[in-house]
Amino acid sequence: MTATLAIEAEGLRKDFGDTRAVDGVDLRVARGAVYGVLGPNGAGKTTTIRMLATLLRPDGGSARVLGHDVVRDADAVRERISLTGQLASVDEDLSGPENLVLLARLLGYSRPRSAARAEQLLDAFGLAEAGGRLVKHYSGGMRRRLDIAASIVVTPELMFLDEPTTGLDPRSRNQVWDIVRALVGQGTTVLLCTQYLDEADQLAGRIAVIDQGKVIAEGTPSQLKASVGSGSLQVRLLDEDQRPAAQRLLAERLDAPVQLEGDPAALSVNVADAERATDALAELAREGIGVAGFSLGQPSLDEVFLALTGHATTREEVPA
Amino acid sequence: MSTTAPDAPVTPVSEVALHAALASGTRPPRPSTVSVVLTFGWRGMLKIRHVPEQLLDVTITPVLFLLMFTYLFGGAVEGSTSDYLQFLLPGMLVQSVLFTAVYSGVTLNTDMTKGVVDRFRSLPVWRPAPLVGAVLGDAVRYALAATVVVVLGLVMGFDAGGGAGGLLAGIALVVVFAFALSWVFTTLGLVMRTQSAVMNAGFMALFPLIFLSNIFVRPETLPRGLEAFVDLNPISHLTTAVRGVMAGAAESGDVGLVLLEAAVLVAVFAPLTARLYGAKG
Repeated sequence: MTATLAIEAEGLRKDFGDTRAVDGVDLRVARGAVYGVLGPNGAGKTTTIRMLATLLRPDGGSARVLGHDVVRDADAVRERISLTGQLASVDEDLSGPENLVLLARLLGYSRPRSAARAEQLLDAFGLAEAGGRLVKHYSGGMRRRLDIAASIVVTPELMFLDEPTTGLDPRSRNQVWDIVRALVGQGTTVLLCTQYLDEADQLAGRIAVIDQGKVIAEGTPSQLKASVGSGSLQVRLLDEDQRPAAQRLLAERLDAPVQLEGDPAALSVNVADAERATDALAELAREGIGVAGFSLGQPSLDEVFLALTGHATTREEVPA
Repeated sequence: MSTTAPDAPVTPVSEVALHAALASGTRPPRPSTVSVVLTFGWRGMLKIRHVPEQLLDVTITPVLFLLMFTYLFGGAVEGSTSDYLQFLLPGMLVQSVLFTAVYSGVTLNTDMTKGVVDRFRSLPVWRPAPLVGAVLGDAVRYALAATVVVVLGLVMGFDAGGGAGGLLAGIALVVVFAFALSWVFTTLGLVMRTQSAVMNAGFMALFPLIFLSNIFVRPETLPRGLEAFVDLNPISHLTTAVRGVMAGAAESGDVGLVLLEAAVLVAVFAPLTARLYGAKG
């Protein structure tokens, strides 16, 4: 059998009353990497995850997770996935060890093996010293780590991570990122929902951008950046008198309007790709125009995101 | 401990240990449904162990009620407190345990607001297992409340004609009925928005049914319309059966009626709860 996709969703739809939360989401997620689902609050990310994790029944469309239909074959899906929800999916009124033993027992471990597994996970996640403290007294970062530990009591084939670092300090966030990388290193596929662009950029091999219940863009982080076009080439000349010549030359070589900056020796121009920018810089040198400094800025995923969602918002205005 | 202080060093996640933990997470064979339900029952027990204060109202309230009613109204209602205790104790048992059943709904309502329910629902286990486990766990509270009432009753001089067997049978009957009734409250727990709403609705429904029963007074003394209502009230049926069993003079018809009513409650409200639970999203 050919390797099935981790997730294959077609036209997934969910309504809450009159609100269409998810409006025809298509997703194809290959196995063995982090796939980012990026979108603002209320874009339909969580609802999509909940349908894929068999917590919500879709109102339309279909989805297969690891080859199993999420509605008809929900139990087979549940045997292969785990979920770390947006609210911490651990029992706050129990201690960390109790949470893990509870899940280990529910997944079929014997009593002694449950205790051993809990201890192993607590050690691995740096939670052993919290001992019997109740989870409600944990810090945010500890809670998140316990949450992820609870998701890998049995190593899942696919893990849903819904906004795993929302509200965490940078240090705890980096820890969670390390854990996610280790998970993927072991062959688990991770579907990561996030509203943080750098998080998707850091972890995800591919990203789907969701807005108003639809996938509005999909690709690798660099493809997404490239699709919005360009970076900006900033040049500062040794001799400001040469600026008109430099302006002419750059405009010609790069096919783009060149802006003159407030600094009389500086110019900037949008470039489609880095190679042409270096060619143009070499051309300046050949023409005897001295360059004091230059920089080539890549567009941030932030700019990509705003450009994409801004566009989508105006297009979406018509249908209700 | 140091890990909660904001400026304390965060315990590093050990990569080696993490990889080892991930590598050894092979899936064991699926547990039986009975084992899963019992594990959820154990979860309920753990919560009682962490917050034993929540057992206070299960233990103190019955004591107060039994003492108050016996010594306040005993003389007026039955001529002597000892005669009234003989009449009242089985009904006090019923009342104490049924009030406790409301908490099943409150607990479930609280649970539903927590993210952990999502995790339970994403596990490959029988979906209603968390509910059944929790309700079974609550039966332990019922047994505790029942024991408190019966022991205090014996200390106050209750004469159990049915002996120890009669007492145990009476407790068993009440616990079974409370288990059945708790499904009504779990349904409420899923329909209502807040836990205080569940508590209010539960007690509002239960109070009139408990007072308009044969727990406190003999129905013959009531106006005709009220007497008819009291005779129809399932709580009266339960009280009559428990009285019979404890006196060692049980009518099988009385006991059978109680078990039938309990079965009907479970048959209607357990599936309803499970459906609401499954549909909740």
